Amino acid sequence: MIASFFLQPVAMILLTGALVAAAGALVGTFLVLQRNSMLSDAISHSIVFGIVVVWLLTHAQSGPVQILGAALTGVLTVFLTELVAGTRRVKRDAAIGLVFPALFAAGVLLLNLYARDVHIDTHTVLLGEIGFVWLDTMMLGSLELPQAVVWMSVVTLANLIYVLMFYKELKLATFDPQLAAALGFAPTALFYVLLALTSTTAVAAFDAVGAVLFIAFVIVPPATAYLLTDRLSLMLVYSVLIGVASSLSGYPVAVMFDVSVGGTMAAMTGVFFLLAFLLGPRHGLLGREWQRRRGE
Amino acid sequence: MLELLGNFTVQTVVIGAVFLGIASGLLGCFAVLRQQSLMGDTLAHAALPGVCIGFLIAGSRHLGWIMAGALGTAVVAALFVQMVTRHSRIKTDAGLGIALSVSFALGVVLLTYIQGQSNASQGGLDSFLFGQAAATQREDLWFMGGVTLVALVLVMLCWKQFKLVTFDPLFAGSIGLPVVVLESVLTSMIALAVVVGLQMVGVVLMTAMVIAPAVAARQWVKQLHHMVILAVVFGIISGVIGVLISASVRHLATGPVVVLVISAIVAVSILLSPGRGVLWSWIHRQRERRTIGQRQMLTTMYKLAAHHDDPYYPVERSMLDSFYGVRTDAILKRLHNQGHVAPASHMPTEGIHWTLTDTGYSEAVRILQSIGAEPSP
Amino acid sequence: MSIRKLLGKNDTAQCHRLHEPDQALHIEDLTVAYEGKPVLWDIDINIPPGVMAAIIGPNGAGKSTLIKAVLGLVRPTAGHICIHGHPPAESLRRIAYVPQRSAVDWDFPTTVLDVVMMGRYAHLGWFRWPGRRERRHAMEALESVGMAELSHRQISQLSGGQQQRVFLARAMVQDADVYFLDEPMAGVDATTEKTVVRLLQELRDAGKTVIVVHHDLQTVRDYFDWLVILNVRVVAQGRVPEVYTGENLRRAYGGRIALIDSGTGEDSSGAVAREASR
Repeated sequence: MIASFFLQPVAMILLTGALVAAAGALVGTFLVLQRNSMLSDAISHSIVFGIVVVWLLTHAQSGPVQILGAALTGVLTVFLTELVAGTRRVKRDAAIGLVFPALFAAGVLLLNLYARDVHIDTHTVLLGEIGFVWLDTMMLGSLELPQAVVWMSVVTLANLIYVLMFYKELKLATFDPQLAAALGFAPTALFYVLLALTSTTAVAAFDAVGAVLFIAFVIVPPATAYLLTDRLSLMLVYSVLIGVASSLSGYPVAVMFDVSVGGTMAAMTGVFFLLAFLLGPRHGLLGREWQRRRGE
Repeated sequence: MLELLGNFTVQTVVIGAVFLGIASGLLGCFAVLRQQSLMGDTLAHAALPGVCIGFLIAGSRHLGWIMAGALGTAVVAALFVQMVTRHSRIKTDAGLGIALSVSFALGVVLLTYIQGQSNASQGGLDSFLFGQAAATQREDLWFMGGVTLVALVLVMLCWKQFKLVTFDPLFAGSIGLPVVVLESVLTSMIALAVVVGLQMVGVVLMTAMVIAPAVAARQWVKQLHHMVILAVVFGIISGVIGVLISASVRHLATGPVVVLVISAIVAVSILLSPGRGVLWSWIHRQRERRTIGQRQMLTTMYKLAAHHDDPYYPVERSMLDSFYGVRTDAILKRLHNQGHVAPASHMPTEGIHWTLTDTGYSEAVRILQSIGAEPSP
Repeated sequence: MSIRKLLGKNDTAQCHRLHEPDQALHIEDLTVAYEGKPVLWDIDINIPPGVMAAIIGPNGAGKSTLIKAVLGLVRPTAGHICIHGHPPAESLRRIAYVPQRSAVDWDFPTTVLDVVMMGRYAHLGWFRWPGRRERRHAMEALESVGMAELSHRQISQLSGGQQQRVFLARAMVQDADVYFLDEPMAGVDATTEKTVVRLLQELRDAGKTVIVVHHDLQTVRDYFDWLVILNVRVVAQGRVPEVYTGENLRRAYGGRIALIDSGTGEDSSGAVAREASR
């Protein structure tokens, strides 16, 4: 009965989508609060470079080596960005926009030159194909499970453990990095671990939704939650819920119009954001208008 | 590679690359200086749904419609970012990220929708992701050139105003310039650069073409108009080299090649530009540190000599080492080359000794006088 | 939406034409609010022509906002503003403005001379480019602030004091009647401070009105002849000897001020005030 659940395509697609959303929202909440949202954009583009290099070296398309390689690439991206910005010849935003396109371009060129016939073509890189996640399976004990589900579960769990274990430290490091440093909480180390987790999440989510769509799950649900609550704990819960709801509601829409499932799931996050932006009780346009009227 | 230029297709592609260089270099300067680099990233991604809408309207791969659609959605995305950040607690970075990812998602949805309809001419759309210069048609050049011309004329007409709003928006407002309008125009013009680059570089990598030529140019110049001209030159160079390489190697997308060329130009500029380059200022710092070390050494030896009432008092090197906490032989050797110090034989069993020469002695006095530590004679 | 609104001009702060034409700056019932919180509340200010006036007040008192409201850079919730009896939008050429130095990116690719010439843009109008006349004007101004030799230097190579002098030179080529300066003496060296004060006093002596947001209470009596003490509302305004009193300062700054008697037997207006906590 359990075994058959894991072989049902629709169930697996929904499960993968929900896991991508949950894992993305957990790290994304802190990135959005640190005003580093665009780093997730940089990372998710440049891990393409890491994925291709690891594939050329080991021919592993997923699994622990790929996840490790992605974590390294993500950290490398941010490190290079800080290095370029650290020369003080370039502003930080421009530095972000210089580093990741270079790495991404190198990755795409390597794909063009050496890996044209494998399944990581440039199309998948960008778009992913969540519709086929149930095809690639692996055995876990006596259970046959889709690979994407296994790896997404692992990274989601890792993100959850990190956030729960270092909740207090992350909160302080996000709110007041200088105080956190003075108290010995190593905000820089926390920051880099967060980015490494973002990268591993990106590579695990890669097969499902591709590089660019992953960004939607990292930034949009936390930003939506930010419009709905002022408390960090609630913001984490809300953003996971909003992300999962986007994934689950995106699937039937995609099926109805026969369009990309991953794309629709990501686009649904935008719908939720728009609702919160317009109708949010405290920080939405309507809510503010109402407060203003009441104040007068 | 030069004989390629005689080829009709290659000519088309090279002209396109020149337009790309002009538009992105010109408009990128303002984007980078206004710290809106990542707006370029967002607008580039936001062009994708517009490409699809343009295709749906035209019913075929017609670059004019596709560029119009891309311009439309990119401007909508720019306005969205402006509105969300102004009217809610969402910060700029998140606003940019939301616009980028959601509009790209919509683009993907539309792309698969078009592919789902069995339309024979849909194959070309994928090429707008990473660019495919070889697919450029002669008539495409009219649209690319037209948009580039519009950008050029706008910048030339409003040069003074754009420059002032970019440098000092508060002052610009105080002399009555319509700051909000000018800023919105400058932001929307990033979209013009994006649509010119659609065919050449593609939506995903256009961000680099907005940022990189401007950043590279900034390292070499001290005036805005020089920066713009140099950025255009860098843009053209990378565009032309990029399309020529990708045209001569099969299966090579144009965008990545162009981006790697311009990235190399940026790296060279940041490292080597005279005056501002990282390498240049490193050498400058080293030289300065060395001079200070030498001056300190001379004055130390002078004070020791004065203390012992012997202008040629020989000082043991190991003593100087322990005094400075570092090995001092490099400094002493350079001073020796300049004739300020000379090795002195003291007692053959002991270590090397050094003494001031006459020129070294007067140099030390001069240094101390210049900092007011020694009364003038 | 009207064009004026679109261009960021305010409709509410309309000046009744030729209202109080004897005042260089006349403000009536001005209120400015951000996000529902009042930054300036129901302010009336009169500054006569030909004085050098300081606007002082604690952090968050609304000093910079006041200047921005006058220049039309923020939109007031209510009130009227007149410059020599005209609404500011109609007398922009009679106003010169020096923003805080930190308001701009000094790594911008431009030269000292270029920045100073920006002061002539309003006179040039939309499409005319600066020419020889503007260049000469700018060089004269640079000479008077002692920066003529640095006219072709890139602005990123300037010290804080030099940056301030460049800004001052730009205001001078604007050739205005009323000068607004936002903290021009903040973080500059002693020489620059002296130069700035001397030039501002020269402007005043030439009949111009100089209005300065100031942070250093100790120098108020030495530099200025008119004073506005602000803390969201106007605490006091008038000639410095009458207004610069311990009583008024205490009302504006609360407990954050230490009054040290100057010991010369003067009354409380002779007290030297120092902002004790920052």
